[in-house]
Amino acid sequence: MSTRTENRAPLLEVRDLVVHHGQLQALSGISLTVFPGEVYALIGANGAGKSTLLRTIAGLHHPTSGSISYDGKDVTGVRPEKRASSGIVMVPEGRRLFTSMTLEDNLRVGASFARKGPWNIARVYELFPWMKERRNQKTAQMSGGEQQSVAIGRALVANPRVLLLDELSLGLAPVIVQRIYSMLPQVLESGITVLLVEQDVSQALRVATHLQCLLEGHTMLEGTPAEVTREQVEAAYFGVTDGSVSNGLG
Amino acid sequence: MAWVNAIIQGLLIGGLYALFACGLSLLFGVMKVVNLAHGDLATVAGYIGVGIIAVTHVPVLWSIPIVVVLMAVLGYVLQRSLIQAAISRGELTTLIVTFGLSIIIENGLQQFFTANSRGLGVGDSFITSSFSIGSQITIAWFNLGIFVLAVVVLLGLQQFMSASKYGRLIRAVADDREAAQLSGADYRHVFGVAAAIAFGTVAIAGICDGMVTTLNPTIGTDTILLFAFASVVIGGLGSLWGTLIGGVVLGLAQAIGAQINPSWEQLAGYAIFLLVLVVRPQGLTSRGAQA
Repeated sequence: MSTRTENRAPLLEVRDLVVHHGQLQALSGISLTVFPGEVYALIGANGAGKSTLLRTIAGLHHPTSGSISYDGKDVTGVRPEKRASSGIVMVPEGRRLFTSMTLEDNLRVGASFARKGPWNIARVYELFPWMKERRNQKTAQMSGGEQQSVAIGRALVANPRVLLLDELSLGLAPVIVQRIYSMLPQVLESGITVLLVEQDVSQALRVATHLQCLLEGHTMLEGTPAEVTREQVEAAYFGVTDGSVSNGLG
Repeated sequence: MAWVNAIIQGLLIGGLYALFACGLSLLFGVMKVVNLAHGDLATVAGYIGVGIIAVTHVPVLWSIPIVVVLMAVLGYVLQRSLIQAAISRGELTTLIVTFGLSIIIENGLQQFFTANSRGLGVGDSFITSSFSIGSQITIAWFNLGIFVLAVVVLLGLQQFMSASKYGRLIRAVADDREAAQLSGADYRHVFGVAAAIAFGTVAIAGICDGMVTTLNPTIGTDTILLFAFASVVIGGLGSLWGTLIGGVVLGLAQAIGAQINPSWEQLAGYAIFLLVLVVRPQGLTSRGAQA
């Protein structure tokens, strides 16, 4: 922890976030701090609250209490579209493409309210070379992996400062997941910070510089991949009650 | 030759029906609002035209852009206030709210303009002049003009939807509102823009209707709304060319019906409408049932 906080202001800071879906409490006081340049992974089983946390950061859910600050400013009450155009951009779970539209039109919509920055449609075509010759194809006709790449491209052209990736691997074959994650170094190189949600723990451990494990809306474990052991992650993931596992935050 | 003339007449009036329908189709396609006040808003546009011409004495055709702008502004404001509030409360609420709007408009018009009908005079020379093909086929310039105007409006709309930034955003919001938000689009503003465009087409439709026939306070629901619905259903939702085809089929059916027996004009139109609903409920141009 000490090396993370030195000399740097956090880019994204979530404090004691409580979120309800109706009567159900989905998040029970989650905190997280993301510093520029990090790949912060949220892991946990189904229903742990990972996606809810990401969607709340994107502005799609209203927290019952707690705060979200971005670049030093409180954004808890800011509308999702304003967060997107200020640099918090999410690739939503299930890809959520504009399926009646062509690939290129999807990217154009993504670029409609873009910040200034290195990413544009041409650069996305460099990142995913197959896209260029299929740019006039409707995205509904594409495979899951291709659609996921389009969803990533649509987020990148907005020139995010923080890219929120929600379950990139969902419903995709492992080899496709590997291929999609292979874009990450180029994304990081362009100065984008990544906060991702992943059910596939080994995938998350492979790319993350920092991770947090959620269980039923609570933080179970937090640290760098080097700090945590495989056993600790498993215990946190499945909720095996062992006091020594929780890293002071639970 | 009377038949050929009737068919040409029906085809040309179909352009007007397509004008009635395209705004209805757009609002439903983008925000799933069935605007029951659609026809009455066209009537309002016609009456605004009457008012503008009475006060400023501009020619009828010049009043069109003025009314289009006024109605577009009204569309944006209504969408951002009343209709958006209804959308947030569920689909049924939008039906009730637009139905209420329809009643308010009709009664308001009767209060201020009386129940007498009014026309938008275009000038006798234009209304009555025509040209002939061969010895017996006669086409009125005026009817042809309205048909061409309808095609130009639909072409413009098509171009706007496929190639402009806001056209793309409207399609994106129609596909997935939340995903559009994640791309930075305020869907309420995009809805407002879509409503402004729909109301603009309503304005053109209302003034054209005032020129073709006469306006009265209840014409909105009595004919415009019903013809718009029939055109949309016949042509198939979601396609502007489908709307044109729907309008033309309705116009043709009415003209042919009237040619057989003058009292069958409306009957024939609705018979085709019901036939399409039974045989091809997705409409003539839609590829298949879509969720």
